[in-house]
Amino acid sequence: MTKITFIEPQGAKVEIDVINGWTLMQAATSHGVEGIEAECGGSCACATCHCYVEGEQATRLPAPSNDELEMLDNVAAERLPNSRLGCQIRVTPYLEGLVVRMPEAQS
Amino acid sequence: MGDAVIIVGAGQAGLTVAEALRADGWQDEIVIYGAEKHAPYHRPPLSKGYLLGDTPAAQLTIRGPDLFDKKRIEFCAGRPVRAIDPTSLRIELDDGSRRAYCSLVLATGSRPRELAVEGARLDRVVSLRTLEDSATIGTQLQKAENVVVIGGGFIGLEVAAAARKKGCSVIVLEAMDRLLARVASPAISDFFARLHSDHGARIIFNAKVSRLVGEAGVVRTVETADGQSFPADLVVVGVGAVANDELARHAGLACDRGVVVDDCSRSSDPSIFAAGDCTARRLADGALSRLESVQNAVEQAKSAAAALTGRERPFRAAPWFWSDQHGVKLQMAGSSANADQAALRGSLADKNFSLFYLRSGKLIGVDTINRPGDHMLARKLLDHGLSPTIEEVSDEHFDLKSLLATGVPA
Repeated sequence: MTKITFIEPQGAKVEIDVINGWTLMQAATSHGVEGIEAECGGSCACATCHCYVEGEQATRLPAPSNDELEMLDNVAAERLPNSRLGCQIRVTPYLEGLVVRMPEAQS
Repeated sequence: MGDAVIIVGAGQAGLTVAEALRADGWQDEIVIYGAEKHAPYHRPPLSKGYLLGDTPAAQLTIRGPDLFDKKRIEFCAGRPVRAIDPTSLRIELDDGSRRAYCSLVLATGSRPRELAVEGARLDRVVSLRTLEDSATIGTQLQKAENVVVIGGGFIGLEVAAAARKKGCSVIVLEAMDRLLARVASPAISDFFARLHSDHGARIIFNAKVSRLVGEAGVVRTVETADGQSFPADLVVVGVGAVANDELARHAGLACDRGVVVDDCSRSSDPSIFAAGDCTARRLADGALSRLESVQNAVEQAKSAAAALTGRERPFRAAPWFWSDQHGVKLQMAGSSANADQAALRGSLADKNFSLFYLRSGKLIGVDTINRPGDHMLARKLLDHGLSPTIEEVSDEHFDLKSLLATGVPA
């Protein structure tokens, strides 16, 4: 388990002990975190699991694939340098303490 | 009359209705009856990652077990609804018990169309809809030598790709003269025929399956009308889906190959709504649209929840869909049917391209192969009624995104 903090659009913090190997999207949707839709269920096909990764741990994330970058070009909320798709990030113990902020809109 | 919204069906549509109702401020009871014994789960991976063993079952579940309590949604698994009485506003459950509703949402999904030939009920003749179906096919693929896929649609082709990956010999029998004939343009059909052939599947077009022959109840061969015979230790039938609209029909609701709804998910009964695979949505031009997709389930569910809470939220967005086969991602937006012009961006040989379809100079659909950026852009263009000219599409240097900057009303 790795502790990840999600921040919902209205500011509420949700701390989740995530099973290693799950994606940020799966962790957030299975716990009902607000501000994520994840319509395609993790196929990198819909760009509705957009999130902003924050904190020092964010620097440990693998770089996004070309597909992810193309999808990020078209997210509904503002794209920032720390924008990622939650379905493309698998949780590992190295990410302990990562903060994931949900955007105002997904679609 | 009760004050509960009862949702029949616990798939993507049913779950989304319940959650959208809470998000829209619905305070009273929400009840979901699911016929399957599972909590709502993602279906798309059933013919993709889950079938290949890449996605564990636990990751298919859409919401954790405590979420229903947290959102005050009463979720009843394994409880098929047997009938609706729209006069007394009650449903009848499988055990004969009845429950009152103030509004009812049908999200009963669809089921695989059965093959109407001799031998279709033999053992190891399977179709794919549920978690159990996928688990069964996945297990069979481990030991099957010869897999025959009947139907070259999305499900059939995704299973064919998985079967080849597991080392099975694969034959796809397609009744039409091209793959994906009902949904894709000929260019996309040809691309996928080449892709599957390159990966070792044998595709036979214009194949009319005449019967399946078994031994001791287990399928052994598939025969076609032209006298050919194909050995099979697993037959996967993917010949389309049928809307589960029986409850609605028996209750007297307007149905036409699905529960007929408007773009706010309202049925012909003012207290009954419907969302997802079980519906046939009336479009602005009067035609009925039957879609089986996650987008359709989610959008119709949100429209239903909005209508139930007194708002209009019509679902009019361009349809979109995706499929993963042999590492290739196809994404479709809008429709290529009735196109009178098409233009290519990118390279077929590199498996990286987009096909833009126009009718009377107006963009009506875009299919992309491994170009998710173009797909997302296409959906925005279609939803805003924006259209590049055929020359602009054909010119790789023309930035299609610039159309959004100039065309989207603030």
